[in-house]
Amino acid sequence: MPNGHSQYVHYPLMAEISPLQESVAELVRDGDVVAMEGFTALIPFAAAHEIIRQGRRDLTLVRMTPDLVFDQLIGAGCARRLVFSWGGNPGVGSLHRFRDAVERSWPHPLELEEHSHAGMANRYAAGASGLPFAVMRGYVGTDLPERTPTIRPIACPFTGEALTAVAALRPDVAIVHAQRADRDGNVQLWGITGVQKEAVLAADRSLVTVEEVVDELDPRPGAIVLPGWTVTRVSVVPEGARPSYALGYYDRDNDAYRAWDAISRDREAFARWVEEVRA
Amino acid sequence: MTPDDRMTVAAARALRDGDVCFVGIGLPSTAANLARRTHAPGLVLVYESGCIGAKPTRLPLSIGDGELATTADAVVGVPEIFNYWLQPGRIDVGFLGAAQIDRFANINTTVIGGGYDAPKVRLPGAGGAPEIAASCGEVIVIVRQSPRAFVERVDFVTSVGYGAGPGDRERLGLPGRGPVKVITDLGVLEPDPETCELTLTALHDGVSVDEARAATGWELRVASDLGVTLAPSDAELAALRELAPV
Repeated sequence: MPNGHSQYVHYPLMAEISPLQESVAELVRDGDVVAMEGFTALIPFAAAHEIIRQGRRDLTLVRMTPDLVFDQLIGAGCARRLVFSWGGNPGVGSLHRFRDAVERSWPHPLELEEHSHAGMANRYAAGASGLPFAVMRGYVGTDLPERTPTIRPIACPFTGEALTAVAALRPDVAIVHAQRADRDGNVQLWGITGVQKEAVLAADRSLVTVEEVVDELDPRPGAIVLPGWTVTRVSVVPEGARPSYALGYYDRDNDAYRAWDAISRDREAFARWVEEVRA
Repeated sequence: MTPDDRMTVAAARALRDGDVCFVGIGLPSTAANLARRTHAPGLVLVYESGCIGAKPTRLPLSIGDGELATTADAVVGVPEIFNYWLQPGRIDVGFLGAAQIDRFANINTTVIGGGYDAPKVRLPGAGGAPEIAASCGEVIVIVRQSPRAFVERVDFVTSVGYGAGPGDRERLGLPGRGPVKVITDLGVLEPDPETCELTLTALHDGVSVDEARAATGWELRVASDLGVTLAPSDAELAALRELAPV
């Protein structure tokens, strides 16, 4: 199967719990396809900052909403390619590092593979399902299929109806943030759960950063549990989703999202921000 | 009262009580929340973050603020919100913004100028909009009117309105009716029933036809029974003030 996936991988029985630096060094390599999900909530910022510190290069970054987290990775020169569906600062405006890369090739050119949200969500679902593609109604009449080779028309084999196929996403590594894990590395997350489950199940390897490790995962309404044997590494990083949020732990820092605009807009201000992350 | 207030109030009024509405962030979210606080308390707000029936007390900054999840009737994953809820036609009204819109109400939120590979301005991209525009029962667009935004042809078709004109939606197999109203800071445009061309059907009080024409990048047609929108009421304006984002 593509990407080294096997139907009969023998997973270790539990995820290994290790410090963030070790987890990122172990799982993220130059040139990897790296999905980092969390739809507005639970965005794995701390892990991204660790990738910047470790100076990873030529990554294909995959994320529905690049958000500040990919603006930072792109500006820091970690990315060669971006797979995405909506690249703005929600409610604020542009992601200026993303725009600088696309409009002026700074710090270097950025290849784009562009989808709609529905397309990206289906691509993850296909990857998690072990299928080569997903079928959906979408994109018809738009200019996106002309620009994006992973969107193709397909006929329903039963009725002949014209539908759209999107290629599965099969990241080398998926990184997500969750509220908590137990000591066996079973992960529990709740609130807006986005495509985190699909991203982890679609990927070869995965890292989940968590607010805390607890003895027992008592049930929470609407929570998703990723069994420890589906996760490669867990790292404990309290507040690891700031300035996004972790429901039950802290709120979204809307002021930080607004303040990012000025930092992102100016290459020097951004360079100072990177220095602080690396320090 | 600002022109934006008039636009937001007019957009809120376009929503009917009991509608199920797929809400984009920014002006659409403000208008939909205003509607729920005024004439349409039974309006069901659906956000692409998976929040169904959200009832925020303050206006969210993003489509995924915690307030949306904690006040929702149900929270589902992103594949589910698009596949189970939007795609089969469970949503009455889609509410969209635009960077560019053309005379057939096609929307561009991708690139402006210079072509796709070397754009002058890189916009955020599609988000949920292409499928919202395709699959909702109908679509309302809210956008400030200017010659830069209202163009003869969009630089990139991110979301389809009426394509190149009558019959295109049917030909493309798009299930929803498409954009039924474009609400701006100057007035309201609606597709002509024969030609699908966006036509000025109402002006906000105090705005002239010439102003609307000057803010439109094509030869704007004006409905013979051109109306005037009712000025926002004190209650509507007060509700709008209370909605100020956190």
